[in-house]
Amino acid sequence: MLGLNKKDFNLLMVVVGLSLFAPFILNIFPKDSAMAFFNGGYPDLMQRFAIFGIFAIGFNILFGLTGYLSFGHAAFLGVGSYAAVWMFKLLGYNVVPGLILSVIVAGLLSVVIGYVSLRRSGIYFSILTLAFAQMMYSIAYSDLFGRWLGITLTNGETGLQVYSNDPQILLGENSPIVPHIFGLEMNARLTLPIGPWEFVFPVGYYFSALFLVLAFYLSIRIFRSPFGLMLRAVKSNNQRMTYTGLNPRPYTLAAFIISGMYAGLAGGLLASMDPLAGAERMYWTESGAVVIMTILGGVGTLIGPVLGAGTIKYMENIISKMNEKLLHEWFGFLPDSLEYSIVWVASWFTGEGWHMTQGVVFMLVIIFLPGGLVEGGQRLAARFGAKSNDTGKTAQPAE
Amino acid sequence: MGILEVKDVNKRFGGLQALGNVNLSVQENTVHAIIGPNGAGKSTLLNCLIGKLIPDTGSVMFDGQSVLGRLPYEINQMGISRVFQTPEIFGELNVMENMMISCFAKRDGAFRMQAMADMYREKEVVEKAEKMLEDMAMIDKRHDHTASMSRGDKRRLEIAMCLSQEPRLLLLDEPTAGMARADTNNTIDLLKQIKEDRDITIAIIEHDMHVVFSLAERITVLAQGTPLVEDTPDKIKGHPKVQEAYLGEAA
Ligand SMILES: Nc1ncnc2c1ncn2[C@@H]1O[C@H](COP(=O)(O)OP(=O)(O)O)[C@@H](O)[C@H]1O
Ligand SMILES: [Mg+2]
Repeated sequence: MLGLNKKDFNLLMVVVGLSLFAPFILNIFPKDSAMAFFNGGYPDLMQRFAIFGIFAIGFNILFGLTGYLSFGHAAFLGVGSYAAVWMFKLLGYNVVPGLILSVIVAGLLSVVIGYVSLRRSGIYFSILTLAFAQMMYSIAYSDLFGRWLGITLTNGETGLQVYSNDPQILLGENSPIVPHIFGLEMNARLTLPIGPWEFVFPVGYYFSALFLVLAFYLSIRIFRSPFGLMLRAVKSNNQRMTYTGLNPRPYTLAAFIISGMYAGLAGGLLASMDPLAGAERMYWTESGAVVIMTILGGVGTLIGPVLGAGTIKYMENIISKMNEKLLHEWFGFLPDSLEYSIVWVASWFTGEGWHMTQGVVFMLVIIFLPGGLVEGGQRLAARFGAKSNDTGKTAQPAE
Repeated sequence: MGILEVKDVNKRFGGLQALGNVNLSVQENTVHAIIGPNGAGKSTLLNCLIGKLIPDTGSVMFDGQSVLGRLPYEINQMGISRVFQTPEIFGELNVMENMMISCFAKRDGAFRMQAMADMYREKEVVEKAEKMLEDMAMIDKRHDHTASMSRGDKRRLEIAMCLSQEPRLLLLDEPTAGMARADTNNTIDLLKQIKEDRDITIAIIEHDMHVVFSLAERITVLAQGTPLVEDTPDKIKGHPKVQEAYLGEAA
């Protein structure tokens, strides 16, 4: 169905289901319960799950299939955001032109960066992409090009935003003055209280989730295509490829551009949630984050990047909110000395220290589950005798 | 004029003259063996033919066209395929995927963007790959991952991949090295079969004289980077210089 074999179609349906029901799944704890803190089903976070899922899926097309590890993908995320905000400034708040431009601009930039960086492989490739991204970051942070041209291009450290005196030539009398899709405001939401629970259905989230499903579908098609096979050949044995009459260069470049466009789309969507773009979105730690998401979830698998992105964003948003006051509340039932020692230890790993948790989780996964969360899932499935729901490592013929 | 004409090729590695004034002419539709002791420069010569190395001087012509200055994939597309001394296959992929890569390369050329099609629905390619695996008696192994295969099987797969490209010139670098006797004999039969079934020129480097004398129509003896003699197998067997430089040493 849809050009997919049965297994892949089922996997796509899993992603569709998760996307549709995320507001329920992520709000599993009643609103006023103590555990409600762990609910991730609020609009901002759900949007991030979808958007960074797209980012990681695209990254995995390059890294997972060809093995080329880009350390500069945040550059494409950043230019995607800038492009979208520029469309808001020039045309108006409809997100569609912004998203189109963000994909195009990121695509063009990835042609340039990819063309140069792919002249080297391995660590040199990674360093080249990192250098490019840091250059882009500096250019954006100091608005270098804008100053040359005598205009505001990125608005430097303040960040690019929409002002009321911007042209916005398509802005009609009654157009919303927040990002919208043909009038439907991105931050609109439907709230559904059921008993003690409260479920939120945000427009922006579902809009992003639609792109996530589309991005995931395209990635399955690419994985199963002759093109995808060639990308895996690049990773496996570049030499043999050339002695088999294949030119690895355009294949890798195409993968680079595709993954750059995915990142651009993610950047455009980020700006559609919140019409701002800042240079920090291009900072190298952001490039590192997508590497971690992909590896954590399972590099080279189909669903891994989505799981990895979700896990990292969940930790970033939930664990970083745990402050000492909250910890004392939770462990208040313990004798004082015990309470204080536990809170002291826990405070290293929560709040600002969430990076510690991320680091530990990442290390544990890499050491015990080199295939990432997907491998964990497969092992669990194997243990409980279920049919292993393979997620893309081996392609079976469609029969 | 042979299909392959090597003229005055020299190749140095630092102070080492790996190839010195190599002249070689391989006639179309023959099996031409290149023998010589270890370090004689046989693999280096093949490297110069497929663009892996560029000779310092001299010319290499394939079917009237120079291969020098062309990239490896372009040379392959001209019709030269090579089997390496240590099997070079796609280790992380399974047998069928390996076969399909070379079948796609034959059908689509050096690059074709086909990102939305299901590879297993590309009928001609699937059928061709399966047919090749059947011919090579490897069809039962099609789902096996190549990383866990025996060296003999890897070599067989590599030969199958090269053949699926329908090359006009097949270069084999010690195809039976490290193989058991039975496997070696199978390989001899396989190569004989290949030669019988199609119009193909084979240049083979081999240490095993049993293999050389069962297959070759012409033999070139290489010693210290320079061809010593070139002749028919019968003549080579009795040649005093060869006895001395190579066969004597091997015995
Ligand atoms: N890439 C290289 N760099 C330096 N020396 C090399 C290289 N390749 C081969 N040689 C040297 O050239 C000589 C010929 O090697 P080779 O062609 O592999 O011999 P053969 O295949 O006949 O055993 C050897 O002395 C080898 O060490
Ligand atoms: Mg050799």
